[in-house]
Amino acid sequence: MARAELTADLVGRPAPAARRARAGGGLAAILSSPLVLGLALPVLLALVWEAAAALGLTSRRLMPPPSAIFATLFKLAASGDLWEHIWITTWRVAVGFVIGTVAGTLVGAAAGYSGLTRRLVDPTLQGLRAVPSIAWVPLFILWLGIFEQSKVALIAVGVFFPVYLGVMGEILSVDRKIVEVGRVFRLSGPALVRRILLPAILPAYILALRAGLGLGWMFVVAAEFMGASQGLGYLLVDGQQLGKPDQIIASILVFAVLGKLTDALLVAATRPFLRWKDGFAPAG
Amino acid sequence: MLRFDQIEKIYPNGTHALTHLSLELDAGEIVAIIGGSGCGKSTLLRLAAGLDRPSSGSVSVEDTVITAPHEAVGIVFQEPRLLPWLDVAGNIGFGLTHLPRAERHERVVRALERIGLAGYESAWPRELSGGQAQRVSIARALVARPKVLLLDEPFSALDAFTRADLQHALLALWEASRPTLALVTHDVEEAILLADRVVVMQPSPGRVFKEIRIDLPRPRHRLDDAFIAVERRVLHALDGSLGLARQRASTQANVAVGGW
Repeated sequence: MARAELTADLVGRPAPAARRARAGGGLAAILSSPLVLGLALPVLLALVWEAAAALGLTSRRLMPPPSAIFATLFKLAASGDLWEHIWITTWRVAVGFVIGTVAGTLVGAAAGYSGLTRRLVDPTLQGLRAVPSIAWVPLFILWLGIFEQSKVALIAVGVFFPVYLGVMGEILSVDRKIVEVGRVFRLSGPALVRRILLPAILPAYILALRAGLGLGWMFVVAAEFMGASQGLGYLLVDGQQLGKPDQIIASILVFAVLGKLTDALLVAATRPFLRWKDGFAPAG
Repeated sequence: MLRFDQIEKIYPNGTHALTHLSLELDAGEIVAIIGGSGCGKSTLLRLAAGLDRPSSGSVSVEDTVITAPHEAVGIVFQEPRLLPWLDVAGNIGFGLTHLPRAERHERVVRALERIGLAGYESAWPRELSGGQAQRVSIARALVARPKVLLLDEPFSALDAFTRADLQHALLALWEASRPTLALVTHDVEEAILLADRVVVMQPSPGRVFKEIRIDLPRPRHRLDDAFIAVERRVLHALDGSLGLARQRASTQANVAVGGW
């Protein structure tokens, strides 16, 4: 998601289109609502895809049409399997996200505040950040086994780096003049971090959390490739091994919906903390 | 009350900001510090606030040597420096978190009344005008009840009407608790309007050129003959300090050319 769009979401200012919709009412208002506009593109793509399949322009075996994918989804949902897979995957992401966020915030704040800590840990962390997620898999399996710990650890690693980078980088760019206000009032180091530095970086911090959450959803797939017997990642592997492309695409769709939903929840939960922010509201 | 004793300040980049500077401000006195650019006025305030340390010499408040920010010293900067994530009440009470909530609230409410912003407790800094924001900044410094308040060109970014308004507000606030005020300004009128004494500094490196006592009764009026007479004396001293600086720069340039 583009940074400007993320920021606009954070500030929570209704877009001009939404304001017009509320003012105008009727069909035009519904059509220009954010939900309808946001759904327009995927619905259009699905219709084109369905039509292409119906006209025989695509291979139904390799590229099943949306109707077949939704039928698979409904079947999985009706049997209850889908909810179990969603629950376990979401739980893994949630726990990994919390651990990665706490660790990333603490280490990022320490590295941002203390030059010594930064010089000590940052080169190592920047090196580790470059390691592809999949490279951690064998090591985590060896260390933590093939059950939940290794999966959660992998997700936490994915979340940690954007949060760490966001916190450290933004603390370094906090206006010196604002920091001096804290110094004038004789704030201790931890108090300066808590009362000046962290609030000052809050908008960027929330962006980092959103980036971390996005990576959490990416890393859960790698995590669930580690011999999982449940979860949306397992559904993907299962679909590949049994030749069920409808199940693969259905899982991908569920990932997309869950990613968008959790991101929206994060934005909604953090919006009250950004009421003070005075930002640019894009036109149109 | 506030004492600068043989201050030298040389920055790591070699800039010699202050030299042989000694100055004493009495309790409850308002001292305006004026001078051309680069004569170390703001450096002087930063040393008094404990935000910088002198290269040699000492700054003390009531015999306590200032080496770091001290509760007896408050500062108002050129720009309000309000914390945008706190509302007006939160900004004013920022330095009072050690007090019980009720006492903090009472002090903030009283401060808001004194600065003419009663009812603005919940406003965000972005909703304030420049003058209102600077009032909040002054209130934030004063609610902590410092013995010395440093003001670093606090009104320089404001229009003439707002500036005059705030100058009167500052005097009213000062009357309430009479802290020692050190006011850095470029505005000679402002210096004479507010101060008991004007300290004229000369640049390169900064030092005290002349001290002029202002014995005019308050309230002072810019168009009074006595006011204008004092203004002439201050302007004359200012010209002298700048002339001396130009003369020194010219001599140094000649020496440098001779060296070539």
